Amino acid sequence: MKKYKLDPVKPLIISLWMSLLLLPFKGLKVSLIFFVLLAAILFVVRYISLFKKPFAAHLQKASGAIRQIAASFTVSPALAISVALIGLAAVPLFAKDYFLDIAVLAGIYIILALGLNVVVGFAGLLNLGFVAFYAIGAYTYALLNTQCGLGFWSALPFSLVLTMVSGFLLAIPALRLRGDYLAIVTLGFGEIVRLILNNWDRLTGGPNGISGIAPPALMSLSLGRLSYYYYLVLFFVLLTLFVTRRVYCSKIGRAWVAIREDEIASSAMGIHTTMYKLYAFAFGAFWAGLAGALFAGKMQFVSPESFTFMESVFILCMVILGGLGSIYGVILGAFLLVLLPEVLREVQLYRMLALGAGLVILMIFRPQGLIGGKGVSLRS
Amino acid sequence: MFLQQLINGVTVGSVYALIALGYSMVYGILELINFAHGEIYMLGAYLGIIFLGFFTASGLTEYSLPLALVLTFVLSIIFCSCYGFTVEKIAYKPLRNAPRLSPLISAIGVSIFLQNYVMLTQGATDKVFPNFFGTAGFEFSSIRMTYLQIFIILTSIVLMMALRFFVRKTRVGKAMRAVAQDKTMASLVGINIDTIISITFIIGSGLAAIAGLMVAMYYGLVNYYIGYVAGIKAFTAAVLGGIGSIRGAMFGGILLGLIESLGGSYISGEYKDAYAFVILIIILLVKPGGLFRKADIEKV
Repeated sequence: MKKYKLDPVKPLIISLWMSLLLLPFKGLKVSLIFFVLLAAILFVVRYISLFKKPFAAHLQKASGAIRQIAASFTVSPALAISVALIGLAAVPLFAKDYFLDIAVLAGIYIILALGLNVVVGFAGLLNLGFVAFYAIGAYTYALLNTQCGLGFWSALPFSLVLTMVSGFLLAIPALRLRGDYLAIVTLGFGEIVRLILNNWDRLTGGPNGISGIAPPALMSLSLGRLSYYYYLVLFFVLLTLFVTRRVYCSKIGRAWVAIREDEIASSAMGIHTTMYKLYAFAFGAFWAGLAGALFAGKMQFVSPESFTFMESVFILCMVILGGLGSIYGVILGAFLLVLLPEVLREVQLYRMLALGAGLVILMIFRPQGLIGGKGVSLRS
Repeated sequence: MFLQQLINGVTVGSVYALIALGYSMVYGILELINFAHGEIYMLGAYLGIIFLGFFTASGLTEYSLPLALVLTFVLSIIFCSCYGFTVEKIAYKPLRNAPRLSPLISAIGVSIFLQNYVMLTQGATDKVFPNFFGTAGFEFSSIRMTYLQIFIILTSIVLMMALRFFVRKTRVGKAMRAVAQDKTMASLVGINIDTIISITFIIGSGLAAIAGLMVAMYYGLVNYYIGYVAGIKAFTAAVLGGIGSIRGAMFGGILLGLIESLGGSYISGEYKDAYAFVILIIILLVKPGGLFRKADIEKV
């Protein structure tokens, strides 16, 4: 058996180094406090890691027991789904407006994240400009509504078709590239779209954006009320979930996974890789367009500020946090990332800091996300 | 007018080139787009302001301005190198054998972290870099070339020459080229890969620090988000010239600076930032290997 020893020098050096890096930014006092804190944390972590092995064994035993108990309660999927649906449908009856607002936002992000999951998770193409499609969807609805007076339902097809076409347009050049180059080109695409929205004053209103967008209506009933909007978003979330699941299980979905796992091998097996990548891009963009139209309808206002690179990263974080390629994981990730900043209002300033650190930590310790699929890899 | 824009373009371009070198070297060795590199450049600018403020407060600037400036440069370079070194150790080293997209996402995480770290510690408002050079310079008929511009261009050229010499002639440079060609083989002949990668990050970060300081002096204003745009542009420059090649990064940077400044004044100033992206997309499509490098074929 390996002999464990508490080595006091390394944590000290690490914390000294880190507080030295902090020194010019925060001054001597904060750096000293930081040094003491970090050293203490590192010591504790190292001390715990001495007992890591027995601890992990206990954990495994416990999780095994839980799994056994869970296995004895077998619930039919149909029952589970109907209970979940009734639960979701009943939310507006007792929830306050504040929670409904968050739920609507979470729903929009779930649609977005599911769309991005198609591109990144299923097909394995890193798209850093996904927010461009979201923006195109939102602006199309906003413009058609304010300029041409079209309602939500008649404008929605235009939004969807336009985002799909732009997905195609981006994909045709981008798919000749692979890996990080693809990521950079999509990032560039996102920035170009944002710059156009920001500078084409006569059409898009420039940085001021477009306001006075009418909320969607069903027959003559306006869905502007939050509880109605909740049902609208819920409907579309379920639709997205259903369609992406079905497509994932189809021949197209299997082709995407094959391309993700090994492009050369899959093309040798007769999969038209370029074609299927095109599908992935356009299919993902489609959902972004839907989410964009819903977003514009909810906010009744759009401006380029909502469609920055950070937004793309935020959606990507949802997909990665939940688990690339896992539909339920992605939903969980989107929900967590929308919910957490609301819960932690006081530390909102540190939200982005934590997001950045979280991405690094996630990549190092759990690249497959919280509930990622087993075979999912980030290969490009 | 044209010549004036030419001078401005070369000035900005040589700064891009300095940042691009860091991207290029890291990509050459790790095949990783180091997203955090732009933030190191931003850190350099901020560190410059902080140290200069410290020296002014302690009276050194009044005593001898050149000494204070030199010290500011040296300290900023050292600190930025430390930051680059630490970022590599924490965020990239554990992922060296991971699938290719993992380190890229990790790099985006580092970039977000550093941006917000600076925002939280230094505030979200613009910081002013004290102007020591003034607007003094040469003047021929209608063209102005400030001393600062000359300083920036000369410094960049000297640094690039030095780097080229370092990579081509020294022992460490040779080891760097070896690691870039084949990591396994290089380790078999006794090269410590970890050390070489660390050295690469330290040199790249040092160059980025100098670029950040010079930009802070040139524009006089610094903000926590300057690193992102500059980083993307420098990456474009590196791709333009052929990523992995030092000469390519130099020419790519200056070319990009020229395109931006000429396009900004003759086509449309509002879309100045978009030119870099458009060029990037075109270059990647037409000549993915860049202007100075042959495209390689993907092997199984």
